[in-house]
Amino acid sequence: MAVCIAAFAKENYPLYIRSVPTQNELKFHYTVHTSLDVVEEKISAVGKSLGDQRELYLGLLYPTEDYKVYGYVTNSKVKFVIVVDSSNTSLRDNEIRSMFRKLHNSFTDVMCNPFYNPGDPIQSKAFNGIVSGMMVQTG
Amino acid sequence: MAGSQWELPPELCCRPMAFVALTGLDVVYNAVHRAIWDAFCANRRADRVPISFKVLPGDHEYPKCRTKRTSYEWYIPKGILKTSWMNKHLNLVPALVVLFYELDWDDPQWKEKQSECATKVEIVRTSLQGRNTKVAVVLIQKKTPLPPGEDLVASERASALCNACDLSGKSLFVLPHTDHLVGYIIRLENAFYEHAQTYYYTEIRRVKSHKEFLNKTTHQLLFVRHQFKIAFFSELKQDTQNALKYYRTAYSLVHELRAHETNMLEIKALAGFINYKICRLCFQHNTPLDAIAQFRKHMDLCKKKIGSAELAFEHSAWMSKQFQSFGELFDEAIKLGLTAIQTQNPGFYYQQAACYSQDRKQLAQQLCQTGVSYPSADPLDTQSGGLDFYGQRSWRQGHQSIDPPDAEKEKMGILALQIKERDVPHSELIIALLSNAVAQFKKYKCPRMKSHLMVQMGEEYYHAKDYTKALKLLDYVMCDYRTERWWALLTAILSTALRCAYLMASVKDYVIYSMELLGRASTLNEEQKSRIEKNLFKVLMNEVPEAEPECDSSTVGSARSLWADRVALSGSNELTIEVQEYIPFIQCKARFQSPSFHVDQPIQLQVFLRADCPHPVSFNKLTVSLSNQEYNQWCAVESSGQESLTLVPGKTKCYNFSFVAKTEDVGKKVEMTGIEMMLGSDSGRCVFLSWRGAGGDAASAQEALQASRLSRRWGRSIETRQQPDWDSLTLQHSTMIISRVPKISVQLSHQSPALTNEMYCIRLTVQSHEEAVAKDVKLTAGLKPGQDANLGQATHVTLDDSVICDDSAPALLADVPLGDLKPGEKLERCVYVKCVSTGPRLFLFHVAYNIDTAVEGQQIICRCHKDETVTIETVVPFEVSVKFVSTKFEPLDQVVVDIPFLLMTDILSSSPWPLLLSSSSLQLLTVTSNTPQPESQLQQVVLQTGESASECFCLRCPSGTNSTNTVATGQYLITWRRKSSSSESPLIQSAVTLPHIILEQVPVYIHADLPSFGRVRESLPVRYHIENRTTLVQEVEIAVEPSDAFMFSGLKQVRLLVLPGTEQHMLYNYYPLMAGYQTLPHLNISLPRCPTSNILTLRRFLPQRIFVKPQGRQPDDASIAAA
Repeated sequence: MAVCIAAFAKENYPLYIRSVPTQNELKFHYTVHTSLDVVEEKISAVGKSLGDQRELYLGLLYPTEDYKVYGYVTNSKVKFVIVVDSSNTSLRDNEIRSMFRKLHNSFTDVMCNPFYNPGDPIQSKAFNGIVSGMMVQTG
Repeated sequence: MAGSQWELPPELCCRPMAFVALTGLDVVYNAVHRAIWDAFCANRRADRVPISFKVLPGDHEYPKCRTKRTSYEWYIPKGILKTSWMNKHLNLVPALVVLFYELDWDDPQWKEKQSECATKVEIVRTSLQGRNTKVAVVLIQKKTPLPPGEDLVASERASALCNACDLSGKSLFVLPHTDHLVGYIIRLENAFYEHAQTYYYTEIRRVKSHKEFLNKTTHQLLFVRHQFKIAFFSELKQDTQNALKYYRTAYSLVHELRAHETNMLEIKALAGFINYKICRLCFQHNTPLDAIAQFRKHMDLCKKKIGSAELAFEHSAWMSKQFQSFGELFDEAIKLGLTAIQTQNPGFYYQQAACYSQDRKQLAQQLCQTGVSYPSADPLDTQSGGLDFYGQRSWRQGHQSIDPPDAEKEKMGILALQIKERDVPHSELIIALLSNAVAQFKKYKCPRMKSHLMVQMGEEYYHAKDYTKALKLLDYVMCDYRTERWWALLTAILSTALRCAYLMASVKDYVIYSMELLGRASTLNEEQKSRIEKNLFKVLMNEVPEAEPECDSSTVGSARSLWADRVALSGSNELTIEVQEYIPFIQCKARFQSPSFHVDQPIQLQVFLRADCPHPVSFNKLTVSLSNQEYNQWCAVESSGQESLTLVPGKTKCYNFSFVAKTEDVGKKVEMTGIEMMLGSDSGRCVFLSWRGAGGDAASAQEALQASRLSRRWGRSIETRQQPDWDSLTLQHSTMIISRVPKISVQLSHQSPALTNEMYCIRLTVQSHEEAVAKDVKLTAGLKPGQDANLGQATHVTLDDSVICDDSAPALLADVPLGDLKPGEKLERCVYVKCVSTGPRLFLFHVAYNIDTAVEGQQIICRCHKDETVTIETVVPFEVSVKFVSTKFEPLDQVVVDIPFLLMTDILSSSPWPLLLSSSSLQLLTVTSNTPQPESQLQQVVLQTGESASECFCLRCPSGTNSTNTVATGQYLITWRRKSSSSESPLIQSAVTLPHIILEQVPVYIHADLPSFGRVRESLPVRYHIENRTTLVQEVEIAVEPSDAFMFSGLKQVRLLVLPGTEQHMLYNYYPLMAGYQTLPHLNISLPRCPTSNILTLRRFLPQRIFVKPQGRQPDDASIAAA
């Protein structure tokens, strides 16, 4: 399961970041922030060739020694990133995809909330719950 | 050299090349030998065979070959690979020894020389005892050799020499010392290369042959060693494919070795070597993915092989080195043409290397306790000064058992290593690796990764106590995180930066970072913020701040004394901080109340301030600078005495300023150029926070955007709130000063549309509603500038109505003085406009005046103006149509010379207003009037819309105008005016050009005299005149055709002659039989002498019909009576 899940606004500032509490939170911030380099590159590369016929799931962004970082971009350019421990080899691509889909659905619900101002940090309990379900359960 | 223990040996990293030794060359004193040697070593480009040459003396001692082992049964290897082995085969044991010897085939002392050569060969052979090294002889000759087979002496002596030296024919070469030296040398070295390859081939065979003697229990190390050697020899043989294969086998064998704490280092060292070779070869074979896969595998296998826990830092150091050297290999390959991508570039490896170096530093700090002295008998010292085998411990070399042989020595050894590690400059290593990685990520478009690494570099400089460099780096990247709005990361960086600033006692930096950490972007908790704010106040009071909690206690002491010095230093206590680029704890937004102000209104300006820090802040001064500095004095507020200016956290405070604009600034913009706020006091330290423009900071634009989204969603509810919402406060950084609202009315009255060429009258009424006298009233009237340029030529404006203005009148009358206007007074003016062309025009009437007024007690003179514009359409007043007809009112195509014809004019009014036609006249050309004084028939005629007025003129083209071409006939002039205009107003003359006519000459002119009507059964006399207009006698035949309507008397058919210039008469008495319009009897005329002339033209002159009245009745009394 994921060790860190993050969502970014179109302008690349964080809307939501949650990581497992056992490890250095700042490090995850840096990891997901740097992953945006690859996300941006992938978006611009796709934009050139296929127009809007684009796959939302970006796949494995880049592997680090310790983590695998996966990315997903909605049509409104909101980005989701899931960080998985490198040692976790049981996780399949399909499962990552379905995690993203769940995140996306939940995010859509957040957006539908009339009290939520798009661009503000996400504080929804429902979204939080979905994320919690995907995170590594510790202790 | 720092970390040299982990460097890969140079003999491993170089490209192995066959080693060939050259002997018998005296390169110092012999010029020929020198030239030969230079030819061998100069210009060794890629196209030359890969050989490393070395000149050795003839009696050089080569490394001794150990006696061949016949059995491995009792042999227990002491290690995997000797440290000297690679160097030995690269630089010490040649594949081929070449003996150079000067000898010509026809040398007189052949015998002696031959035996001397044989002796020299023998010496070389002896020193190579036991080695498979080949020997070759090169004879340096002065003469160019003959082609093979032709020189019998040569071939005979060659075979003799071979026998004497015990050489095969293939190992004897001749090098003529002639012009083509380099060519000979290249051929020679190719031959040497073949020999060398054979040598390495046999070496490989030799090593392979050991395999059968080995067993898997005791000789595991040898399996690795032999595979490595075979691979290395293959490389020397330039057989890289096989080399790769053997290295791969060696690699898998290395991991099959039984690993335990004592030999872990050796296994890793060898695994690292072999991995390096494999990756290098893969890159060389252009299979970078294989290289990467191998490296990943290598890392996965070795990551967990930490070895001794007390020396865990060694493992990190080794890991770091692995990543670094792979990164370098990758980078090298890229320089040779490989393309890397964003997600797979050397940067990642350098980064990881740096990461392991950081681990190493941490482990070293944990494991290497201070205060222990270095053991007196250095356990790291060896007799030879180095190790025999790669990766072994100096105090137990060659030992392969699981437990260390001597526990005490082991302890000492570990202690010694730990103490050594303490002195390693870790930060330097880490920074070097990070900067390598930064360079790579910059190249592969990873700006965020680059920033992240620069933060790490900054932190490392901080640890290395190089605060200046740390701040430089951190400052550089901070702005990236700020613009991307990653507050958590920004806060972390700022915290580090604040510590740096504290430790180097840099007041300005300290204040800047504190301010931002107190600001709304900071994610610090209230407690931390509160602490920072207290420190900030201390700095403002010129006191020493408290140390940052995470600072190393050892550094705090020196920082304190630095601060104490700084505080004691008098002067330079003022500092200005440009806060726009930051997110400071005091937010400032300013706005003009309105985007424009009239000059007679005071300009109002609001400055909103808000503090985000936990405690109230008081400040001493707030000033706004404006583009016109004269206003600045009105826009400042200063604390006075007890009453200080204080900001309460979370509350918005608003300061209002107002001032009166100068009349010179009308039409200009007043801009805020900056806002400055003074914190602290003159007695302590003054910090000026300075905002450019109307305030705002690095984050406020985005906040305003968010706020606007919110307000759009919630509609008006936000605007109705009492307290203005901070985020939705918008900046208004400039305002326009516009002139005072005029209190006069300007009215225009006119009767549109205007008619072409008329003097169109526009009546302008100006009435003053001012309370004072409007002075110096000026009118500007005319065509509004900025319309079609042609309109300017076709429009003329004047105030003079007495005459029609000409073309010199301007299109726009500027600044016509109208004098002063008292309150309530009215003023009227007529402006006349002459429009030459039709179409719409926009006219501008601009009335300007001066007035004295008072604003907030100040007397000012305002210039006011009022503009009125009006669009006026211009139409033609009437359409004139003109046609020529014959005297019979038949349309004429051609006009016959000297025969009268008629000009009919028709004026159709299209003006919506009644027109008065004053008169009309003709200005004739070519033709003349047939009547002596033609009088206008249209005088004083009034035309309503759609009505038309016609005129008829009888004209004649005088004889003698002999032209068959078209001729101009002149102009028709009409003078007119609007009926509504006053009788004094000037008349307008419109000229219509008459159409051109085609002239025609006729030889004979015929016309008839007849009464205007006939009466049934009453005689109707008709006289025909036949005129000859030529200078010849004309013969005319006339025949009258019978008609039902008439009886007639006269000549029915006649032929007559008409003399030039004379005329003949023919008289007929017609007797009408029927009433009504009757066709006269046809007169057939023909001119036999002039057959070309058209009979029809002649007939045209004759009347065709006549009206016949019925027979008259005598007035009958009876019938009248009956009626």
